[in-house]
Amino acid sequence: MNTTHVPGTRSNRQVFLFALSTCGWCRRTREFLEANGVEYTYIYVDLLKGDERKEALDEMRKWTPRQAFPTIIVGEEVLVGLDEDKLRGALGL
Amino acid sequence: MSESLPTPEQIDALYKRLDEEAEAGGYHLNPDREMTRRLVEGLLANQARYGYQACPCRLADGDKEADLDIICPCDYRDPDLDEHGACYCSLYVSEAIVKGEHKVRPVPERRPDDPAQRRQALKPVQAEPGAGVPVWRCRVCGYLCARDNPPGVCPICKAKRERFEQMRLTVVLSA
Repeated sequence: MNTTHVPGTRSNRQVFLFALSTCGWCRRTREFLEANGVEYTYIYVDLLKGDERKEALDEMRKWTPRQAFPTIIVGEEVLVGLDEDKLRGALGL
Repeated sequence: MSESLPTPEQIDALYKRLDEEAEAGGYHLNPDREMTRRLVEGLLANQARYGYQACPCRLADGDKEADLDIICPCDYRDPDLDEHGACYCSLYVSEAIVKGEHKVRPVPERRPDDPAQRRQALKPVQAEPGAGVPVWRCRVCGYLCARDNPPGVCPICKAKRERFEQMRLTVVLSA
């Protein structure tokens, strides 16, 4: 998958973000992660086409049946939508 | 993918127009201006990409027919405003959120995953007693609308929700 890695000082949990480039909440999620120094990887699904998009959505479906953005995977935990309190909890912040 | 980004002037212009239209129709844009500006930017990006303003927080298919229900304002705005105080992307919010009485929380997706189910809502309803969508009448100005609940404010005369009554319709077929 055509993912982008963002380095950070906090890398004790693997964080992956399924996002849309047009979505304000996805952008705010990235800002939250970066403000907290969280190392993470993201993918903008709306910028993918054809098989690439299908591959990303298939991968997303392994984690959650709901196709909603942002979907944030923290370790084994799946968070759908930006809820800063829940995200803080999942990240151990 | 190369895309030309919307200019700040384009964003400001659409923001202003949507805000005026919302207020004129009894709706409110999200008072979180930074978020609203980004959502408006997303609408413009989708306009450039697909030719229509698909919801910035949903994955559009790119086929207009398949995306009709998520062209902003989407089919799900009014029920989400009723239940959650915000539409799915939070571009539109309730008066309580504008007043700061509630915060915007993530809105669960009510759009059916199965495309066939999305279209069901558009099929003609059966003519059975109690079937279909209720019709609401503004007792102040007579404005009629067919939706699950009356609007928060009458878009015509600005009367509040409690001034609406549900209509009992009688259909008379002439020979």
